[in-house]
Amino acid sequence: MKRLILPAAIAFVLAACSSTPETGDGTGAPVESRGAGGSTVTTVTTDGVQGRGLPSVLTDPKSVLSKRSVYFDYDSYEVKSEYKDLVTAHAKFLTENRQFKMLIQGNTDERGSREYNLALGQKRADAIRKMLSLLGVREEQIESVSLGEEKPKNEGHNEAAWAENRRGDMLYSGEF
Amino acid sequence: MSRIVPELRRLVLLAVGGLALLAASAQAELTIEITGAGSNRIPVAIADFGGEASASRTVTAVIRSDLERSGLIKLIDPAGVAMTEASAPAYDEWRRRGADALAAGSIGEGADGRREARFRLYDVNKASLLTGSAFVTSKPMLRAAGHRIADMIYEKLTGEPGIFSTRVAYVVRASATRYELHISDADGQNAQVALISKEPIISPSWSPDGSRLAYVSFENKKPVVYVHSLASGKRVVVANFKGSNSAPAWSPDGRKLAVVLSKEGGSQIFTVNADGSGAQRLTADSAINTEPNFSPDGQYVYFTSDRGGSPQIYRVGASGGEAQRISFEGSYNVTPRLSPDGKTMAFISRRDGGFRLSVMDLASRQVQVLTDSHKDESPTFSPNGRMVLIATESGGRGVLSAVSIDGRVKQRLTIPAGDVREPAWGPFNK
Repeated sequence: MKRLILPAAIAFVLAACSSTPETGDGTGAPVESRGAGGSTVTTVTTDGVQGRGLPSVLTDPKSVLSKRSVYFDYDSYEVKSEYKDLVTAHAKFLTENRQFKMLIQGNTDERGSREYNLALGQKRADAIRKMLSLLGVREEQIESVSLGEEKPKNEGHNEAAWAENRRGDMLYSGEF
Repeated sequence: MSRIVPELRRLVLLAVGGLALLAASAQAELTIEITGAGSNRIPVAIADFGGEASASRTVTAVIRSDLERSGLIKLIDPAGVAMTEASAPAYDEWRRRGADALAAGSIGEGADGRREARFRLYDVNKASLLTGSAFVTSKPMLRAAGHRIADMIYEKLTGEPGIFSTRVAYVVRASATRYELHISDADGQNAQVALISKEPIISPSWSPDGSRLAYVSFENKKPVVYVHSLASGKRVVVANFKGSNSAPAWSPDGRKLAVVLSKEGGSQIFTVNADGSGAQRLTADSAINTEPNFSPDGQYVYFTSDRGGSPQIYRVGASGGEAQRISFEGSYNVTPRLSPDGKTMAFISRRDGGFRLSVMDLASRQVQVLTDSHKDESPTFSPNGRMVLIATESGGRGVLSAVSIDGRVKQRLTIPAGDVREPAWGPFNK
């Protein structure tokens, strides 16, 4: 997953020497290079992830399966009743198409700590995963993860934006 | 003063091989604005260093700005007095100008083209020499020599180690599809890019020896914990289990990391070896458990949990056991970070709807809220424990702010065109 842009053959030669004896108070302690690894930083660029084609039943806007998002109330991980049909439809597709895998990404609004929000998003993704699982989807077909507040769908800073970002997305292999 | 002998010491910072570092472009450098200062600052004069003009200006400017930024030192105008470390100080004159201490020095050029920065620091009132040193360095590294001199002056005058030679890591969100992990000097200059990604990067954490950073990268469309060796760019995946992997924190001995894994359901704290092996679970309930941070003695892991109904700070023994609740005031206390001496905990507390940097004296459990911000996050202590660096917001943009633990000194660090977040202050350079 990584590509080195620069050769790693960078090293510091460090010589600390003194022309007079050590003093007792340490103020004249030898000054050394800037720590192990020094101030040398090699830049790495990550590779992207490539997608591939999906059957039209999952992508056709007229198909219920093209809808992938479940929205949550503030500070809540409960899948609201209005989304039960959607989750059930995806569960049916996954049980009938065991070769398909799904990644569920939980999201939160921007308020609060990033890592705590990551954990909140995980709870949302887990709620969807548990529902799919109860509906017969195999554990190895589904993975629930969290993006926390890191990938807002709406970058605004108001209640409407936050509501859009409190969300779980269901992605099929090829989409992630 | 007879007990201190001036000494000339040498530093050779000689880069061998391709030191063609991809430094962040000049406009991406952090600029610092001081928004407060301590009372009773020590008045210090830094005479213009002698020697080659451009080199001298660099070193003199670095020393002055470092010392001033500390908030503990007040610079006295040297009024263009020409002196070097070899001159005898006119103590009466400096006393008249109000300086308690005086530093003077020069930059010399060695036969091999390297530069030698020498300085001496004097106690003006006692008319005595306090310390002196010399640093041999390459011209591009003159700033580093300036930071070293500032560290020595600061330590001599305040009694605590300076942090001007340390580095900070932070994440710049250049756009929705470009995230960069930067490493800069503590003054925001000399920024270098360690990682460029289309996906977010969060939670950088320095290894205790300063050679590696652990962080969470979303480049695989899910959070995965990496350990990245800065000099080589070599990256190792230390946690990529099913589900989310996040919140890395080094043990003080650098052998383990605490991480948060959802592989067994919920968000649970585990420890893993630095190579990712030997995952061992520390928390055992169904609530959220995250943001682990080792106490400096390695005995405890402090963390955030909502097991009591709201997010609060707890601690658990580093090999597990019963957790003990630490924070009680308020309904949202997160991101515990312990000071290097283990006596103070910095954290983020929601007060009056704002997320604010707070500190707790762990012995008395007394809490002090240090800012009146609305969006503070990710506190990180300077290695001398005097400052806490946080991410906050200003004018709708992410900025970094350094706040002294008494709340008196505040510095804001901004990048002109970018959203800066997720600071992590590196250790002392050994």
